[in-house]
Order: sequence, then structure tokens, then C-alpha cells
Amino acid sequence: MHSVVCIKQVPDPAQIRVHPVTDTIVRKGVPTKINPYDLFALGAALELRDKFGGEITVLTMGPPSAEDSLRKALTFGADRAVLLTDSFFAGVDTLATTYVLATAIRKIGETFCRPDIIITGNESIDRETAEVGPGIAKRLGLLKLTYVAKIVGLDLISRTIEAECRAEGGVQVLRTKLPCLISMLEANNQTRRGVVTDVLPAGRAPIVKWSAQEAVVEDISKCGAPGSPTIVKRVFAPSPGSEKAGLVEAAEQPTKVLMKPILNSQPRLETDLVAQARGF
Amino acid sequence: MSNITKAPTPAAGGRAGAKKELSEHFKAYKHIWVFVEQERGQVHPVSFELLGAGRKLADKLKVDLAAVVIGPEGEATRNAALESFCYGADLTYLVTDNVLSEYRNESYTKALTDLVNTYKPEILLLGATTLGRDLAGSVATTLLTGLTADCTELDVDADGSLAATRPTFGGSLLCTIYTLNYRPQMATVRPRVMPMPERVARDAARIIIHPLHLVEEDIVTKVLSFVPDRDSAKSNLAYADVVVAGGLGLGSPESFQLVRQLAAVLGAEYGCSRPLVQKGWVTSDRQIGQTGKTIRPKLYIAAGISGAIQHRVGVEGADLIVAINTDKNAPIFDFAHIGIVNDAMHLLPALTAAFRARLSPHSRDRLAS
Ligand SMILES: Cc1cc2nc3c(=O)[nH]c(=O)nc-3n(C[C@H](O)[C@H](O)[C@H](O)COP(=O)(O)OP(=O)(O)OC[C@H]3O[C@@H](n4cnc5c(N)ncnc54)[C@H](O)[C@@H]3O)c2cc1C
Ligand SMILES: Nc1ncnc2c1ncn2[C@@H]1O[C@H](COP(=O)(O)O)[C@@H](O)[C@H]1O
Repeated sequence: MHSVVCIKQVPDPAQIRVHPVTDTIVRKGVPTKINPYDLFALGAALELRDKFGGEITVLTMGPPSAEDSLRKALTFGADRAVLLTDSFFAGVDTLATTYVLATAIRKIGETFCRPDIIITGNESIDRETAEVGPGIAKRLGLLKLTYVAKIVGLDLISRTIEAECRAEGGVQVLRTKLPCLISMLEANNQTRRGVVTDVLPAGRAPIVKWSAQEAVVEDISKCGAPGSPTIVKRVFAPSPGSEKAGLVEAAEQPTKVLMKPILNSQPRLETDLVAQARGF
Repeated sequence: MSNITKAPTPAAGGRAGAKKELSEHFKAYKHIWVFVEQERGQVHPVSFELLGAGRKLADKLKVDLAAVVIGPEGEATRNAALESFCYGADLTYLVTDNVLSEYRNESYTKALTDLVNTYKPEILLLGATTLGRDLAGSVATTLLTGLTADCTELDVDADGSLAATRPTFGGSLLCTIYTLNYRPQMATVRPRVMPMPERVARDAARIIIHPLHLVEEDIVTKVLSFVPDRDSAKSNLAYADVVVAGGLGLGSPESFQLVRQLAAVLGAEYGCSRPLVQKGWVTSDRQIGQTGKTIRPKLYIAAGISGAIQHRVGVEGADLIVAINTDKNAPIFDFAHIGIVNDAMHLLPALTAAFRARLSPHSRDRLAS
């Protein structure tokens, strides 16, 4: 059982600012972390390895500093890490990202072992498109399950997987065939970290670094900015909310204070509710 | 958007200044489409909101607005097609087949990409619901075109380019995105972001029926079951007029009852901030905010919620925001209209009692005023 988990190193979104003069995004000094959804992806892979054995490869495309996230993933229990880093990859959008990642996953399959499952986070918190997972599946011609909340079953003999997937108003239980790609939603299972058997080998685990050429990216024009159909035309801060709240501090009778504006805001509330209570 | 180097902005030049020149074969792409989503036989209201938004864009570009209806054979799908005209569609593309009875990515992606390849729209809009986002992502990657997810604003340039604006970095910034030289230009928009247009009774105009060419055996993924959310039949958060929500400040799942009780008295829906979902106190369809529901009630009461940016983006459309928080520096007071610095554990039951008295059929208070 070989799982490839795609992780992305993201800046802490709360600390991102626009430069007041140049109007560019200020990332310098903003701490980074592994995209939270990707930890659930890794968690799912660890559970699969517990049950079926095998190995986990974590894969990221990013600047050289993304190595930090890979190291962390290794201490969480991944067996191998692959870092795709190259100036050609700069300025990518979703489509170009999937091109590079899909190419690298093919190469991982040839170099190490064919993956049975590829797991991504459902979305990244800095880009939030939820497209990279489906895009990789498309490019590799794989089946996919998205919005996965939980893997409920996997059978290596019939090569099927069953998963609970979030849908509008409920959960769909879907079954599909391996190999496939799944994108993990926030699961209820806590990401496990620091299990001794996971942590110990981490120091020895290798981080493989591939440039575009080493990952056998054939068409450079498809990655990076030139391969991206979308461009960001403008970045700006949202206009601040209206005037500050009328603060009511330590009011004697806050219910009285609230009652009037609440009822005024909803002129029909009172009549409707009273009518309801009367049983109309 | 860039994820490795800094995002291009006007100041950054480079690709941001790139020309929007369209290759010859994309010039045939015309008109604006809205995917009309059905949820167990009902049209999702976001589709009507999008028809409203699409109508404006179509008028500006002087092109047609088409609805795309995909679903099983039968009354519900037919009605969805007919209703689309009442919300502004000039024509409707219809794909009906019983393999489409439950949403599956494979079959719906095929239906929609086939339509796009045959009839070539320049702009394709979908609701940013779970279904819509899933479908949009695979259609865009199948067609190798650009998609801007979760937009809050849509506009078009004279040359037909879609300028799609969306929050990024957890809502702390907005960015406007163009799709250069690829068609269709795709965008998803969350429910309640666009206003609901007025329904105008109209006869169906043109309906174009397109075949699916897919049999059940072709579809690998099978639906084993559907488990509805525990109380989702009742949950109508996004469209509720009054919403009462609680956050971590309530301290325990038991005290969340106080929120439910006030909501019950007010005939309101109840919701919560994300940590309560993560702790398992409340089901996820009750979460309000960036990764939960966007709400647009006339009245929003938030108790014990700090007002983080991810929560704020989901509630800013409320007409009146009342915040109850013990910390007078809580960020929620930056955007609430009425802020009460008070203990929610006391104030919520007090409000419940006060409203119960006032709204009872024999209330003296009410009769006096
Ligand atoms: C990618 C991402 C997506 C997110 N999406 C969402 C989302 O969709 N929705 C969302 O809500 N959050 C979301 N969050 C989380 C968000 O950042 C905040 O962590 C969260 O909203 C905080 O919830 P809270 O206000 O309930 O808790 P806290 O921030 O802990 O605030 C509790 C508040 O209660 C007050 N309080 C304490 N005791 C009392 C009392 N007795 N009476 C009254 N007030 C009291 C405190 O002063 C405090 O202000 C997201 C975060 C990330 C990173
Ligand atoms: N640069 C990247 N490297 C590795 N995985 C990525 C990268 N970008 C996105 N992903 C994966 O794709 C998922 C969805 O991202 P997105 O489409 O950006 O919302 C993430 O949760 C990651 O698992």
C-alpha cells in the first residue's frame, strides 16, 4: 500500500497584510505552517498504513523553505518526502500546479513504487480553490472522491475504497476503485503526532529534491506563470466595516436595551410570532 | 493566484499587465451560462441568485443568459428548467437521464463539459455549494480553463472579460482575477452573496435538449447511501431572517442550549462559530463563516463569539448585528451594530424570558405599547 500525500506550506492567513504603499502582499516574516487540511490527509494515510502496511510519500511544490513542512510531515510519520522546487514553478495558478504535481507523482511511481492512493487536502487556506486535488486526478486519469470526511473501508483484493463524502444537507457514502485520488475535508479524527514509532525514523528519512528537469516536466510552458490561465489583476484590503458598534457597557437592564432595536429590525417578527403562538 | 512568489498586483507588473488577447478558436465562445443546481428535487436558491447576477452581465455584454439544468428525468428537473425563465434566463440547456438521479462527479462533469464543448459559452457560473464547487473544479480541469472560486463580486469588461473578485488569505484581502485566453471563464459564488432577484412569471422560451450518452455501467463510482444531517431538514441558516449564534465563550455544550432556547422563542435558526463544530458540540451545517455558511438575516445575534475575520465574512451581510461579549475589546464590536458587554450566560436566558413574555399572546407590555 503506497499513499502519496500532497501537502502545501501556507502562510498564517491572519498575519498577511497588504503593503500600504506598494499594494503588494507582504509575506516576509509571516510564519508558515502545513495547510491544516493536509494534516488530515496525512492522518488518513497514517491510518491506512497502520491497517495495511506499506509506505507514505509526502510531496510538496514550493520554495526551498518548504523543506520545513516536509520535515515536520516526516516527524508525523511519513516515510519519504519529495520537494519540487524550481524557479520555473514560480507564479503558478491551480492548473499549472496540477500539471507539475501530476508529473511528479508519475515520476514517484516510476522511481519508488506505484501509488495506490493519492491524498490531498480538500483546499488550501491561502488559495481555497479546492481544485488542485481534482486537477491532479484529471491529469493522471484517476477516479476521485472529494470532500471526504472519512475513509470507511478499503479492500486491497477487490481494490475498492468506500468513503463518507460531504454533500449538501448530508453525507454520501461512495464506493470507487483504486488507484484513486481523495481530497480530505476536516475530519473528526485528531491528527496524530509524535507517536514514537513514527518519530524515530524521521531523522533518517530522506528528502528528495527535484527541479523541473529532474521531475521530468516536459513542457515548461505549462508550469509557472505562463501555464496559468488566470491572473490576479488586483489585490486590495476590504473596506473597513462601518462605524464602530454602539457599545453598551454594564447596562442596568440590557434586555430592555436590546428589545427595542431587535423588534424594530423585524417589524413583522412580533406579529408573526404572536400569531403563531395563538395557533393561526 | 500565485502561491510561491508574491502575488502579482498592478505594482508588480509582469503578467498582471498581460493583454487579454483571445485565440481564434475561443472567439466562438459567446453568452453567459448559469448552472442550475437541484437538491433532492428543489432548485437551490443560489442558482436563482446567480441568474440575477448573470442577467446583469448578459445585458451589459448584450449576449444571452442561459440556464443549464442537469438531472434525472421527471417533474422536478422539468420544473427547474421552467423556473429558470422566471428568473431571467433567455434559454435553457437541458440534460436529463436517470443516471443523473444522484449527484456524482463523473456523470455531472460529463454532462456539463459536453454541453460546454458543443455550445461554447464565454462565462459559466455555478453556486459555491458543496456540489457546485466539486463540479466546477472538475469541469475547469477537464476543459483546462481558469476558475475563480467563491467570488463576492462579478463584473465584465467591454471585451467580455470576466473580472471576478474573491476574498483571499482567509478574508483579510480581496483580489480580482481574470482568465486570460481560455474559455469559458468560470466562477463560483456562495449562496447569499448575490441578492435574490424577483421572480417574474414567464412562459418558457427556448429549451435545448442535449443527450448524455452514458449508462450506469460506465460509471465506476457508486452511491451506497445518503445520510441526511441530523437536523438539516430544519436548518435553513443561509436563508433565515433571524439567526442566533454562540461561540466558545459559552464554555460548554450544555450552555449552547441557551442559544437554542433564544432562537426557539424568536422563531430563529441557530448557528455557531467553527470551534464548536470542531469540538462536536454542534453539527457542521450550523457553522457560520468562511468555511461554513454565509448568512444574510435581518437580525443576527452573536453570543460569546470573538468575531475573527473568518467568522465576520460570513455575517457581514446581516442588516442588524447584535454582539454579546464580556470583552469590550473583542473584534466583533468592530462590525456589530449593537454591542453589549455582558455575560452571555446571564443575558441569553434573560433575553429569552423577556421575549417569551413579550411575545406571548397576552403580553401586557406589548398591548400597552
Ligand atoms: C482556514 C480557517 C477557516 C475558518 N473558518 C471559520 C468559519 O467558517 N467560521 C468561524 O466561526 N470560524 C472560522 N475559523 C476560526 C476563526 O479563526 C476563529 O478561531 C473562531 O471563529 C473563533 O471562535 P469563537 O469566537 O467562538 O471563539 P474565541 O475566539 O475563543 O472567542 C470566544 C469569545 O467569547 C467571549 N466570552 C467568553 N466568555 C463569555 C461569556 N460568558 N459571555 C460572553 N462572551 C464571552 C470572549 O471574550 C471571546 O471574545 C477559521 C479559521 C481558519 C484558519
Ligand atoms: N504547491 C502544492 N504542493 C503540494 N500540494 C499542493 C500544493 N498546492 C495545493 N496542494 C494540495 O491541493 C490541495 C487543495 O489546494 P487548493 O486547490 O489550492 O485549495 C491542498 O490541500 C494540498 O493537498
